[in-house]
Amino acid sequence: MRRFAIALATVATLFLNGCDPEWQTVNQPEITVAGETVLRKGNGAEPQTLDPHRAQGVPEANILRDLYEGLISENPDGTLAPGAATRWEISADGRIYTFYLRKYARWSNGAPLTAEDFVYSLRRGVDPATGSSYAAILSPILHAAAIIEGEVKPESLGVQAIDSHELKITLKSPTRYFLGLLTHTTTYPVYRPSVERFGAAFTQPGNNVSNGAYTLDEWVVASHVTLRRNPRYWDDASTRIDIVKFYGIDDQEAELRRYRAGELDLTSTVPLGQLEWVREHLRDEYRAAPYLGTYYYGLNLTRSPFKNNRALRKALSLAIDRGILVEKVTRGGELAAYGWVPPGIANYSGQALAYAEWSRSRQIKLARRLYRMAGYSRARPLRLEIRYNTSDAHETIAVVIASQWREVLGVHTTLVNEEWKVFLQNVQRRRVTQVYRAAWIGDYNDAYTFAELLHSRFGLNGTGYANPRYDRLLSQAAGEGDQQQRRTLLQQAERVLLADHALIPLYFYVNKRLLKPYIKGYRDNVMDHHYTKNLRIEVPTRTGARRD
Amino acid sequence: MLGYALSRATAAIPTLFLLVTLAFFLIRLAPGGPFDNERQLSPAIEANLQQRYHLDEPLLQQYGRYLWGIARGDFGPSFQYPDLTVTQLIAAGFPVSFTLGGCAMTLALIVGVLLGAIAAINQNGIVDYGVMTVAMLGISMPSFVLAPLLILWLAVYLGWLPAGGLESWRHFVLPVITLAAAQIAFIARLTRGSLIEVLSAQFIRTARAKGLPMHVIFLRHAAPAALAPVVSYLGPATAGIITGSVVIETIFGIPGLGRHFVNGALNRDYTLVLGVVLFYGLLVIVLNLVVDLLYAWLDPRVKY
Amino acid sequence: MRGLDDALEDAVQVHDGGLWGDAWRRLRRNKAAVASMLVLATLTIMVIIGPWLSPYKPAQLDWTYMWSPPSLIDGHLFGTDSLGRDLLVRTLHGGRVSLLVGVVSTIVSLVIGVGYGALAGYVGGRVDAIMMRVVDIFYAMPFLFFVILLMVFFGRHPVLIFVAIGAINWLDMARIVRGQTLSLKHAAYVDAARLAGSSGARIIRRHIVPNLLGVIAVYVTLTVPQVILVESFLSFLGLGVEPPATSWGTLVNEGAREMETAPWLLIFPATFLAVTLFCCNFIGDGLRDALDPKDR
Repeated sequence: MRRFAIALATVATLFLNGCDPEWQTVNQPEITVAGETVLRKGNGAEPQTLDPHRAQGVPEANILRDLYEGLISENPDGTLAPGAATRWEISADGRIYTFYLRKYARWSNGAPLTAEDFVYSLRRGVDPATGSSYAAILSPILHAAAIIEGEVKPESLGVQAIDSHELKITLKSPTRYFLGLLTHTTTYPVYRPSVERFGAAFTQPGNNVSNGAYTLDEWVVASHVTLRRNPRYWDDASTRIDIVKFYGIDDQEAELRRYRAGELDLTSTVPLGQLEWVREHLRDEYRAAPYLGTYYYGLNLTRSPFKNNRALRKALSLAIDRGILVEKVTRGGELAAYGWVPPGIANYSGQALAYAEWSRSRQIKLARRLYRMAGYSRARPLRLEIRYNTSDAHETIAVVIASQWREVLGVHTTLVNEEWKVFLQNVQRRRVTQVYRAAWIGDYNDAYTFAELLHSRFGLNGTGYANPRYDRLLSQAAGEGDQQQRRTLLQQAERVLLADHALIPLYFYVNKRLLKPYIKGYRDNVMDHHYTKNLRIEVPTRTGARRD
Repeated sequence: MLGYALSRATAAIPTLFLLVTLAFFLIRLAPGGPFDNERQLSPAIEANLQQRYHLDEPLLQQYGRYLWGIARGDFGPSFQYPDLTVTQLIAAGFPVSFTLGGCAMTLALIVGVLLGAIAAINQNGIVDYGVMTVAMLGISMPSFVLAPLLILWLAVYLGWLPAGGLESWRHFVLPVITLAAAQIAFIARLTRGSLIEVLSAQFIRTARAKGLPMHVIFLRHAAPAALAPVVSYLGPATAGIITGSVVIETIFGIPGLGRHFVNGALNRDYTLVLGVVLFYGLLVIVLNLVVDLLYAWLDPRVKY
Repeated sequence: MRGLDDALEDAVQVHDGGLWGDAWRRLRRNKAAVASMLVLATLTIMVIIGPWLSPYKPAQLDWTYMWSPPSLIDGHLFGTDSLGRDLLVRTLHGGRVSLLVGVVSTIVSLVIGVGYGALAGYVGGRVDAIMMRVVDIFYAMPFLFFVILLMVFFGRHPVLIFVAIGAINWLDMARIVRGQTLSLKHAAYVDAARLAGSSGARIIRRHIVPNLLGVIAVYVTLTVPQVILVESFLSFLGLGVEPPATSWGTLVNEGAREMETAPWLLIFPATFLAVTLFCCNFIGDGLRDALDPKDR
């Protein structure tokens, strides 16, 4: 009885407090005693390493972007801007890039930043001894692929320091998106003396020397990473925020609570269950922007039931009501995906399956017909397994899709939840998977990063899709210098892929987060790259004057 | 007593040895490895990494290598956090977990013993039931319910305390309370039970017959005897709190040791997991020893 | 846990009859325990037949009723969750799993613990010493780590969860049973049985084990709540039962995340969970008081 009363009282308190919006969030930025402005970001997960050449995840990239600067940087809206290089020249055949570095650029310890640093770092990126999982991103560079395979030494990489401030990069073949690639963290320079002296520990505060707008001040594992303004950065005068703290909070509800309590200025995401509440009570602080990513169900094409069974694959794709998924399940403004490459990619228009525009009843009719054609019926139903790694979101979507397949076609679906490593292994081995949950986030702003996933020789191709025509189109596009022609080739490839139903695209990602009203300079961009040096904190003081 | 402590210490070594062996082979059996990631490594790179971490050697050889490393105090690099060593990670996490756990146990001890004593003295009365019900609240609400409740109420709505992190003493309050809540129930129940038993025991009746005042009887005779079982419960309980506080660490964003168990196993961070398992075993053994010595001091009937 | 050891040891009485009659009478006088038994019985009946009586199925999605609060009008007495599933039927369904976990895991740990402890105590000597050392080693192991590994190896089947949790918990039981077996071994009637020619196994089965029933009864009622909580903890880590099955632990987890926006999702399953835990604890305390002659 007593427990009930307490529970009731708690609920009552919650409700009463819920009625007054004043109680919902605290809007005070943190300013240190020395008057420094602090930006506190929720970063989604603990960074596993701060070595630019070994980092794999988004949380790491967010921190590295503030610590280092590559040849090319980005404007707040995502367009390219000069970084460590002030200007560059591309040869007529599109294979030779010459970068002119900033004359007075320095590392955070005062040492000059030279072209040699970039040569060393790019070689380190492709060197198998470094163990970089993103080394393949550098494969447009001459000999990079051979070095990664261990066939030749890193010194044969097609990069050369003409003099201390001139860098020449030779590509295997013209690559239109190469400049965009140079914003990726794997291309960042590292300070050679630190690496040689400290080895893996060169990333630790005290040992770390960086060339970006901030330096590494503190790294408390499983708590936060603190960066401090780098006075030796060439553009330090424009940097407004003195200190950035990245909090690796993986519990989304915990992150939201800390944001509301005024302990975070930015979150990495918004928990699904709180979306409506946030959109209602924190309307001005909620930001949703399309993100370069596709959530899909991969199909194992090397085994039954999907091997050589396009009709069945198409039937399953038609049977899914993507409208319900994005309206009722993900509810963040995601777009239903009938194509593979998400919208917003530079110089490209995503393709879509023909039935994207059909009415639901027409889709269902065709789905049922194809299902029967494939040899199944309600009396002899298909038995399927959907594999996914542990996550509530994946589970929910799987539950919904399983129920749709049962309703429309009568498929008996079993949901198999696997722990992450086990799941990955199974997907890669293609021995037990049938349908598996997957997502692909673009590494750079070009359609090729999506197209190459389905190349027959791409390591991560969990579907086992091997269409020589598709591969051919991709190689042609990779070597194609003319932008228009290249675009046509890639779009054609996408149509081939979609017609084959190698996978079932479900929706295109939308990035949702919360931002305190006093943060200025933030722009949505499709790669979700944000540099703290472009942000500033403005709090109207009592006298009405602004304060930075 | 020193002799006893020493003999316990030497007996601990084979225990730890067996512990490490079991854990070592068990985690290697788990499918998937530390380098399985969404972005698959090229074969040359993967081979390189395997070689660097000696994962391409036969299992027994790796085992021997690991034992030799421990003997020299080197627990190896972490697989999950390649920039850091296992020693660094444990050294960073332990003080946090220890402080948190220690404060929680202290709080639980004080409140639990108090509640248990009140209940015992008023045995089977309304106070007894009432107090025990309050104590039980702690174990009927899992910590992942209590923690967000407290955070929402005290941190978000009232703004009295921080919602997460560990930067000042105020950041300790909510995690400590949440951790202590479950322990309070156990300790209260233990205290109540043993105090009831002690109060009706022979030597207490003798003391009363001798005419000693109640509070003297209570403090000098009953309490030490009654507290003995509580003390012996403390050992494993504290070790359990220190390493089992995964929920608290996740919800409050606290850099303790508990998460290393879970994340280490899930990410196949072999060295970290072994380091933490070994550390936990050591902790349990040490705490058990301390507790046994305390027990001997409290209960004169026990002699080592 | 030594305190528990001692308390439970006192509950054992070394005579071969009349124990249960006395204990039952004392238990009946303990109002909290009696009330708890009734509540628990009602709960059990509810979770067994409830889902059959409900018009909704636990896995039934309904997009028109997402997150609707409890109401008598639309038939969702406990409200619905984010996918429009009826909470009442899910709570009852989850109760089946949670209670099953509680009972089965406890039985597993009982079988292992009693068997192990009785064997060690009865055989005695070096075998006993070795067996107890093994127990000491297991005590020094972080249980969580092993449960996670087991889940990883074998997936999240409910049966595996039962066994895993049970296999972790048997240590206390083994210690206690061994202690009792040791002291019982030399009791008069056991010597008599041995003289009469009963085999070792027979002696264990017919004389030692029944005398341990008191301890076992108390242990069971105090372990069941622990086990249920462990299952909820596993749900927090994402290692609980898989859908479409659900348990109180899973439901409470989901509810805790939405406690501000949809408090009914937390309140109902949590109440069921808390009530069950309370009842088990009161029954356990009552049993222990009833079996303990020193009381009063």
